[in-house]
Amino acid sequence: MSTSTENRVSQAGVGTSPQRPDGSMKVRGEFAYSSDLWHEDMLWGATLRSPHPYARITGIDIGAALALPGVYAVLTHADVPGVNRYGLEHADQPVLAEDVVRYQGEPVAVVAADHPETARRALERITVGYTVLEPVTDSEAAVAGEGAQLHPGGNVVRHVPIRKGDPAAAAEGAEVVVTGTYEVGMQDQAFLGPESGLAVPAEDGGVDLYVATQWLHVDQRQIVAALGLPEDKVRLTLGGVGGAFGGREDLSIQVHACLLALHTGKPVKMVYNREESFYGHVHRHPAVLHYEHGADRDGRLRYVRARIFLDGGAYASSTGAVVANAATLGVGPYDVPHAAVDCWGVYTNNPPCGAMRGFGAVQAAFAYESQMDKLADACGLDPVEVRTRNAMAEGTSMPTGQVVDSPAPVAELLRRLRAMPLPTEPGGELDLRRLPGGVSNTTHGEGVVRGVGYAVGIKNICFSEAFDDYSTARVRLQVVGGEPAATVHTAACEVGQGLVTVLQQIVRTELGVERVTIEPTDTTIGNAGSTSASRQTYVTGGAVRAACLKVRDALGALSPSDLGDKVLDETVEWRHRPTEELDPVTGQGNAHVQYGFAAHRAVVDVDTELGLVKVVALDCAQDVGKAMNPQAVLGQIQGGSAQGLGLAVMEEIQIAGGVIRNPSFTDYLIPTVLDMPPMNIDVLELADPHAPYGLRGVGEPPTISSTPAVVAAIRAATGRALDRVPVRPEHITGT
Amino acid sequence: MRLNVTVNGESKQADDVWAGESLLYVLRERLGLPGSKNACEQGECGSCTVYLDDVPVCSCLVAAGQTEGRRVRTVEGLADGDRLDPVQQSFVDNGAVQCGFCTPGLVVAAHDLLGRVPDPSDEEIREALAGNLCRCTGYEKILDAVRSAALATEGS
Repeated sequence: MSTSTENRVSQAGVGTSPQRPDGSMKVRGEFAYSSDLWHEDMLWGATLRSPHPYARITGIDIGAALALPGVYAVLTHADVPGVNRYGLEHADQPVLAEDVVRYQGEPVAVVAADHPETARRALERITVGYTVLEPVTDSEAAVAGEGAQLHPGGNVVRHVPIRKGDPAAAAEGAEVVVTGTYEVGMQDQAFLGPESGLAVPAEDGGVDLYVATQWLHVDQRQIVAALGLPEDKVRLTLGGVGGAFGGREDLSIQVHACLLALHTGKPVKMVYNREESFYGHVHRHPAVLHYEHGADRDGRLRYVRARIFLDGGAYASSTGAVVANAATLGVGPYDVPHAAVDCWGVYTNNPPCGAMRGFGAVQAAFAYESQMDKLADACGLDPVEVRTRNAMAEGTSMPTGQVVDSPAPVAELLRRLRAMPLPTEPGGELDLRRLPGGVSNTTHGEGVVRGVGYAVGIKNICFSEAFDDYSTARVRLQVVGGEPAATVHTAACEVGQGLVTVLQQIVRTELGVERVTIEPTDTTIGNAGSTSASRQTYVTGGAVRAACLKVRDALGALSPSDLGDKVLDETVEWRHRPTEELDPVTGQGNAHVQYGFAAHRAVVDVDTELGLVKVVALDCAQDVGKAMNPQAVLGQIQGGSAQGLGLAVMEEIQIAGGVIRNPSFTDYLIPTVLDMPPMNIDVLELADPHAPYGLRGVGEPPTISSTPAVVAAIRAATGRALDRVPVRPEHITGT
Repeated sequence: MRLNVTVNGESKQADDVWAGESLLYVLRERLGLPGSKNACEQGECGSCTVYLDDVPVCSCLVAAGQTEGRRVRTVEGLADGDRLDPVQQSFVDNGAVQCGFCTPGLVVAAHDLLGRVPDPSDEEIREALAGNLCRCTGYEKILDAVRSAALATEGS
């Protein structure tokens, strides 16, 4: 490096919390989300979906729909010009169903009309003949080969075995053995901004798509295959994204809107309503997890055996990677000498499942942390003590054989949590708003019992298993209006987390330039990878930093203000260190880039007569390596913890025979401001020497440990086993 | 039908409004005011909250025809030119905005609360915002924003 940064210390660089560049527009209502887009002469698209979880299509009649005034197009699978299959890992999902539908809500036809209501009425006029088939709905039965085969190759999407040491021998000497079977319900991302976008046909025969997504280039790859167009004919620009949490990794409106736009020659806007959103994106895999932990009498783990079944639903989506996470992280952040973990992800006729914040680690954590509490009980140990005794640390060998080579302060996080003040006991003046049931006036304190629970979790950060995980960044430096100014261009999706702020901070720190503009996010620049796996600050942040360093090299001894008419313009592709595939038989391999850790302590008041829970405190300690933007870090921890609380006590897409029973915010509950307690948060910054600035991905770890901590607290209050989340009132009352 | 409604102090007219259209739809799609958001269209999330004759409502639950001759104030009508309303400024300063899709509704709801109760307790803030869902923040920074907006309003 040729220049000094001494005179370039920015007031709004890395480690500070400057205002978001989009903050003012968002509070004014002027930020353009993908559902706000408008184009002169545009049409509205709508989707006809299967009412059946599994059925053969005997015929589709679109005549009556086409005859409706105001309808411009009614398209079916026959109108898909390219390959009628897409998918993140396997192209197994039809753009529009052909002869069979495999889940309730599967798209069968799409319509474009001059008003959304006209489009809706047109959908009602499409006649589809179905022969209803017996759906496959049980994941363990699917592994056993029972029921219909839903895809060529069978119903197992992926099986990952992990073998370390000799668990059978270790089991013979174990003094304490605890077992359990746990269940995790299907959680929804429930981002507030519905799936939406605007496709505008172009004169060159291509299409420009403005859409809310998490990964423009992977969308583009799937769209061009379905449209049968070359890559340069399908250009994507990120529309404003109203939250994501994994639910926008898979396609929703993308191909449908482009098909309709190309077919009609008019811009087409598509916006799902909330009900359709529940059918329009993948969910968190529901899971059944069988666990056995063996230990010495002093609570030291000797072995763990686990069998995990993840229901992937009708199409693969990212099930394969979710399976690998649940398997490789299946024993949790503990030093386990002997382990045998098997995880299966399967096809069923339930709604497709894929990415949601925590991605396989959430399901495993509920089981292994429940087991750790059982172990603590069996050994007469405190739940923090049993965890601390077994806590992994830097240098620990994971069940995959990967030796952890950066800080892993699991015991320290627990110690810090325990040192935090507990909330005051209930008492004093009666305020219903502080009690379970709130102003419903269900109790004045009688039957209310307090409980405290702890949990800690682990998450892999960035893409794993030899994936070529990189990002592309272009940074330009020039003098504008007498002042040095930088522009940053990437295809990395801002979904609310504050990436745009952090990228500005990185440029300010590296170039000492205060004016930094983030250009629109689109596919005119190279791939940035997905906004998922807590990876974007690490990878695109790393790419922007690398581009800045090249600009600095080009700048040499000059100061940015002395550039004159010169423009320094550098584009780089930046990768994190490579990872390895897992051995298909033993599950051994250095599969992960980095591990993130968070721990929670929950305090709950439970109305034991009615089974109502009030979480009164939810404290968190997390190591973030480097708090790039402390305010945004806290925002991630608070928001992630809330989603974990939701899974613990209220959030579940309820399925009966493959049919969703609660596709609305009336019946699918997410935490409100009344449900969230105040949080004490302790942020550790133990640098990872392998990562830019020493940072550690922040977004997912807090979602993982909050769920088991809340459930542990409810168990402590009630004495109930509670082996399923979300915990329902009847699980607490036993009625 | 033709709809006459005063929005953010200006008389507006919309033609060819279908009887089933909501106030939210007319604001977003006919009057060029997409600030109010369409997250559930069932009155559960509060993202579409606007003032109707000074009372906050979910605009998705109000038939457009019901607003004939009435006054509507949306999130776009809170700032004074370039100067943000103290509630808006406080949301930005306190990190209460992430994806921001809930923000317009929360800003209007908080603005209404502070208009009625200049110095609310935490319980009062929580109760007032209980009809507004946020999926990103866990609400902590939204509470911070409302508390500090109350202080700012008090000091002005």
